[in-house]
Amino acid sequence: MALKIVKGSIDRMFDKNLQDLVRGIRNHKEDEAKYISTCIDEIKQELKQDNIAVKANAVCKLTYLQMLGYDVSWAAFNIVEVMSSSKFTYKRIGYLAASQCFHENTDVIMLTTNQIRKDLSSPNQYDTGVALTGLSCFVTPDLARDLANDIMTLMSHTKPYIRKKAVLIMYKVFLKYPESLRPAFPRLKEKLEDPDPGVQSAAVNVICELARRNPKNYLSLAPLFFKLMTSSTNNWVLIKIIKLFGALTPLEPRLGKKLIEPLTNLIHRSFSSRVLIFICFGFFKLAHKKSFSDVIVSLCYITVLISLSSGMPNHSASSVFLRISVVKYLGLLAMSKILKTHPKSVQSHKDLILQCLDDKDESIRLRALDLLYGMVSKKNLMEIVKKLMIHVDKAEGTTYRDELLTKIIDICSQSNYQYITNFEWYISILVELTRLEGTRHGHLIASQMLDVAIRVKAIRVFAVAQMATLLDNAHLLTGNMQRNGICEVLYAAAWICGEFSEHLENPVQTLEAMLRPKVATLPGHIQAVYVQNAAKLFATILKNQEGNTDSTAAQETSQMMIDRLPLFVQSANLEVQERASCILQLVKYIQKLQQKDVEVAEEVSALFAGELNPVAPKAQKKVPVPEGLDLDAWINEPPSESESEDEQPKAIFTKEEPKHSRPRHTEVDEKELARRREARKQEQANNPFYIKASPSSQKVYQEAPGVEHIPVVQIDLSVPLKVPGLPMSDQYVKLEEERRQKERAEKKKKEKKKRKEKRSGRGKKHDSGPESEEDITPAHVVDIVTEEMPEKSSKHKKKKQKKEKEEKEKKKKKKHHHHHHHSDGGGEESVQNGTVEEEEPLTFLVFPLPRKVCDIQGNLQDGSQVVVSVIFENKSDSFLKSMEFNVLDSLNSKLQRPEGSGPHDGLTVPFQLPPGVSNEARFVFTVQSIVMPQKLKGTLTFIVKDSSTHEKLDFKLHFTCTSYLITTPCYSDAFAKLLESGDLKSSSVRLEGVNMPFHHLLARICFHHHFSVVERIDSCASMYSRSIQGHHVCLLVKTSGQTVSIDAKCDEPTLLGNVLDEIKQTFSQC
Amino acid sequence: MFALVANQKVVIDWPCFWVVLGGSFLPRGVYTVLLFKMQFMLLFSRQGKLRLQKWYVPLSDKEKKKITRELVQTVLARKPKMCSFLEWRDLKIVYKRYASLYFCCAIEDQDNELITLEIIHRYVELLDKYFGSVCELDIIFNFEKAYFILDEFLLGGEAQETSKKNVLKAIEQADLLQEVWWFQIWPLSLLVFSRISPAKPRHEYFNVPVY
Repeated sequence: MALKIVKGSIDRMFDKNLQDLVRGIRNHKEDEAKYISTCIDEIKQELKQDNIAVKANAVCKLTYLQMLGYDVSWAAFNIVEVMSSSKFTYKRIGYLAASQCFHENTDVIMLTTNQIRKDLSSPNQYDTGVALTGLSCFVTPDLARDLANDIMTLMSHTKPYIRKKAVLIMYKVFLKYPESLRPAFPRLKEKLEDPDPGVQSAAVNVICELARRNPKNYLSLAPLFFKLMTSSTNNWVLIKIIKLFGALTPLEPRLGKKLIEPLTNLIHRSFSSRVLIFICFGFFKLAHKKSFSDVIVSLCYITVLISLSSGMPNHSASSVFLRISVVKYLGLLAMSKILKTHPKSVQSHKDLILQCLDDKDESIRLRALDLLYGMVSKKNLMEIVKKLMIHVDKAEGTTYRDELLTKIIDICSQSNYQYITNFEWYISILVELTRLEGTRHGHLIASQMLDVAIRVKAIRVFAVAQMATLLDNAHLLTGNMQRNGICEVLYAAAWICGEFSEHLENPVQTLEAMLRPKVATLPGHIQAVYVQNAAKLFATILKNQEGNTDSTAAQETSQMMIDRLPLFVQSANLEVQERASCILQLVKYIQKLQQKDVEVAEEVSALFAGELNPVAPKAQKKVPVPEGLDLDAWINEPPSESESEDEQPKAIFTKEEPKHSRPRHTEVDEKELARRREARKQEQANNPFYIKASPSSQKVYQEAPGVEHIPVVQIDLSVPLKVPGLPMSDQYVKLEEERRQKERAEKKKKEKKKRKEKRSGRGKKHDSGPESEEDITPAHVVDIVTEEMPEKSSKHKKKKQKKEKEEKEKKKKKKHHHHHHHSDGGGEESVQNGTVEEEEPLTFLVFPLPRKVCDIQGNLQDGSQVVVSVIFENKSDSFLKSMEFNVLDSLNSKLQRPEGSGPHDGLTVPFQLPPGVSNEARFVFTVQSIVMPQKLKGTLTFIVKDSSTHEKLDFKLHFTCTSYLITTPCYSDAFAKLLESGDLKSSSVRLEGVNMPFHHLLARICFHHHFSVVERIDSCASMYSRSIQGHHVCLLVKTSGQTVSIDAKCDEPTLLGNVLDEIKQTFSQC
Repeated sequence: MFALVANQKVVIDWPCFWVVLGGSFLPRGVYTVLLFKMQFMLLFSRQGKLRLQKWYVPLSDKEKKKITRELVQTVLARKPKMCSFLEWRDLKIVYKRYASLYFCCAIEDQDNELITLEIIHRYVELLDKYFGSVCELDIIFNFEKAYFILDEFLLGGEAQETSKKNVLKAIEQADLLQEVWWFQIWPLSLLVFSRISPAKPRHEYFNVPVY
């Protein structure tokens, strides 16, 4: 042994250690890659040696290389080796390497479970600490599930050092394995009052993070936190607590009032320590209910202002980080908080904020932009946007410019274009924006154009004229053939020109522009719109020319269409091709008719007749449901796990239920619904990978559903664009001024009259504006549809929506169900009562495996014991011995082990297996709750006699709910009494297409699910069974044709639901 | 000799304004996925060389590399007087430069920038105390120690220990455990011992003004 150590250390002398490696890399600046590849070769050699010190050194070096960006995943197994060293020095290095290199998909992680568990229970607190730290970086759902118990125990460790870490890591565990939250929460709550401030703060941290996800569940903790807040002196803890209250106050308004006092105290304290200005920060976040006195608000506000305008933080120079720029940033941030509650006070400092737009620092500019959004009014909108447009021109860097662009559009379009008084101006702004180089927001501009053109009727003439120019100059936008974002605008332009073609001055020219060969280089969806709208234009042209005696002009147009359209017919894009070939044939036919002097215009334009109406987002509600249409009826068979436990029918068993339909749903009371919704949401929230669907943007133009989905492409224009013939938006600012002046003069005359008049032009929306603003009448009126009913809303649409919704809900339920029942998230469930599912053998296991089958039986004597008999059959050709059976215990069920053995030791199987022989072994499990089915993971290790190697076999034990049932005879009178007692919950299930005689069916249920028949009358039978914990399960089975309905009652609804599921599965497989 | 935190007086008693600085009070979407507070921490030099990286969110190596590359470029492009915050993708980046090293953290939108600055500063102080006026080379040559300190200070992106004394105590005791082993072999090979024990290379220092 000593020799080995000596040898090892002598080896070491010739190895590079980390410092040498670093030095080497620094000295080989020119051929770093080459040097490192030789180093990696050396490391590979070192990893092959037995000496753990050498290995640790190698792993340490690898960690460094990993940081430099080299792939070291090949060494994962060596890292595990180093991790499992008994020496702290190596263990520490191993865990560090693991925490840096492992991620969820690293497959060796599953090998570490036992090692980590051992380290967690190590007597040395630093071993435990290192393991916890490492675990926090690479915890996977499997690890979380297997180790949740151990970490929970550590939460009440004697050393605060460990407690603290264990509490913090619990949050990670909750994320990966949400089921652990419930059992762990009481202990977590206890930790809030831990004597050690570190542990306390950790607990506050975790609960705060949890509450941020789902504040409702934590409202009950408010008093506790309130106490903590008033007593704690640890600022870090206080910050967290206030954050938590921030999440809670929206749910419980009274809390806000109660918080005022302690918060003001805190603020006074911070004033007295003369430090900072930004006290208002979180404060304003809380103040959203306006529960705080204005005095304090303005006080804070003034201080922010001072710091902003003077640019010189008064006392903060002493503070380490508060540079002027930082102060500015924070000031703006604070302002944006104030803006929500006290918009007026911010609005008065427009100049200051506009100044910040000129700042060198992009972060500050972005903050200032944020503020602008809330500051605009009818009066200053044009001015602000003008300023922004100047910035757009000056801005360097596409990200900032894009940000400006979106902000401009946001500002203008906010609350239904509330602040826009002149839409001609807005259209020209949009057109100007199309000249931006390299923007990726073409689709945004396009959607605005469409929106405005559709909703503001008065603007259409102008918009169409603008769009026609835009189309005419399309070559400028698409300049150098690059696929770019801005060409999306053409989509809108083409559509507007086509749809409102009656306003076009020169439709033929526009049509010509739309059919240019160059169009074929545009993205497919835009071409499609071009083609379609060319047809619309064509119809208009025909109509215009109909009156003329000379029909040659019309025929020329048709000829042009016929000449140009084949280009599109050849398009690779299906949509374009299809539309083009349709329209081409149509035009050919029209041409034929024209040659016969038939008047076709009327019929052609009938193709595109009808006006497009904006629809309010909520209009759907107003559509009455036609009689005889039952929207709540199930269209498909409802999911089997229907919430029938909520029902309480009067009859012992519900009579024939014709359909699982509406009543079932409507009877579910509000509370229950809310609870379920909550559960679902919580599940979603707990699922770190659940991505919430973004709220669908309810735009009014339904004709252009593709706009949002248009792929965003980059523009790369080298030449700045000057579109000829496009008006400049600036002129509108002047015009607007004049208009307003005129209006004012006029108004003075009519003032008295007007007062009495009701303002009818604008909707209610604008009542909120200040008086002075109300005086500015807009030049155009937006169609603000709020609750009107749309003309063409079809009824079947609603049905469809509903159906979709239902389906979604079903899916969610299903998901929930799965989630609940087996933690491994699905896979096929075995119907056979307690089958062992063999997992795929690990790759390094090449040995022929023995087969096993097992039976799980409840123990009647002891309500919490289950006996599992496993049949081991050796299908290999070798002799197997020293078999050890081990199962990873879960919170609910544990393998009973002989006294004196540890909780993770395996049980020896008391026999050996010659080839081809099978034998049975029994194992006893302790189960706490029997209402849910469960899967336990386990391993069987054994030694093959010939090769004397250890082999391992992974399996899963599936404890179905049925296995907890015990066949118990019952007499019909006792049975009736039981049913009448009324404390049983009922549920039912329907089986379709069961093609077997009734007595077979009954036998099947008896055999597979441990029931006994109480009474049988014709095609109807009652059955009974008991669980090991004494739950009564009663069934009423009825059959008619191929349909079997099972009504069931049990005092434990969850158990019943699961048993029914299992029964259903049995029959679905036969 | 230039230390990272030399002549920067450390504000010990943090005023209560921190308290009210707590992050956003109205989470934007209550049900959006909230991962950990801090997403990751990067240390890199003025030349853009990565010195330390710690990720608190599971990402593939490829993504990590991409993020690192982009972020290092963005931060290095900023002028020294600019503010320490920056919005990047949907994250907030808080960075601070100490001598030649940039400390850079990514936090979520609702999180507080100032507290993150404070965390960065604390970490630098811890490094400083541990190495005794720390320099970039200390971190390069003893990068594992820097990690150990970070792990003692932050766990899964949360500050686990706010007392500097406790962090250092934990590290020192763990180091002691480690040192035991070196003493075991030390009679066998003097050479090994002298090479492995953290010899601090103090020969080159960057003379960069402190911000």
